[in-house]
Amino acid sequence: MLVINLIAFVAIFSALMVVFHRSPMVSVVFLIVNLVCIALFFLFLHAQFLFAIQIIVYAGAIMVLFVFVVMLLNLRKEEELLPGWRVQRALAYLGGPLLVGALWTALWRRGRSSEAFPGSFGSGFGTAEDIGQLLFNDYLFQFEAASVLLVVAMIGAVVLARRKES
Amino acid sequence: MITSFLPLVAAVLFAIGAIGVLIRRNAIVILMCIELMLNAVNLTFASYAYELRSMAGHVFIFFVMTVAAAEAAVGLGIVIAVFRKRQSADVDDVNLMRW
Repeated sequence: MLVINLIAFVAIFSALMVVFHRSPMVSVVFLIVNLVCIALFFLFLHAQFLFAIQIIVYAGAIMVLFVFVVMLLNLRKEEELLPGWRVQRALAYLGGPLLVGALWTALWRRGRSSEAFPGSFGSGFGTAEDIGQLLFNDYLFQFEAASVLLVVAMIGAVVLARRKES
Repeated sequence: MITSFLPLVAAVLFAIGAIGVLIRRNAIVILMCIELMLNAVNLTFASYAYELRSMAGHVFIFFVMTVAAAEAAVGLGIVIAVFRKRQSADVDDVNLMRW
């Protein structure tokens, strides 16, 4: 439990650094820390396959994309967070804690169902084999839709990044 | 107990991401905050999958990751296209389609 608290602390701290640090590069690095923390949570939750996917796809592929773009664009540091429009910032600082309060209230009120499900995992809980079984039997259509989505996104990215000859 | 603690952490992470989307002006950082929120939701899915001993949540996380990858690719493509035109990744500079 101590380890989980520690990881939670690191996750929340790195999330705050992502939001509040001025330099985009530092934000990217702290986002990677955050993603690794979430991957460790997956490990605690018996989701080994998702742990691997989180590290490979998120912390690997997606974050490399972000690092690449930040390096490529050579951004300046932001001078100030949202200078003129103070309503939006006030809304954010007011609404954020309110959102946390609402979610926590909802979570406390939902009651304890964990006692109703005594700990009996299937032997393959969280493994690639069981996820594969689910994906290719129960969720086959959604899986195919996801593949179409990826193709569309790939085409879109190529079209967007193409330099116009003119 | 881990399944009552982790959704609380996920709620905090989600709110931090939402605040980030509202207060930052750099489009790349806004995309990163969206990733933060998606990850908070993933964490909630995983802890309920653990609590209910059902792997449907894991499948959902799989799809959320797919959508996040697609969103990151297209979003960063848009940011690069805008940067090429305006020399800035500031969302306040992109006002062509704003009321």
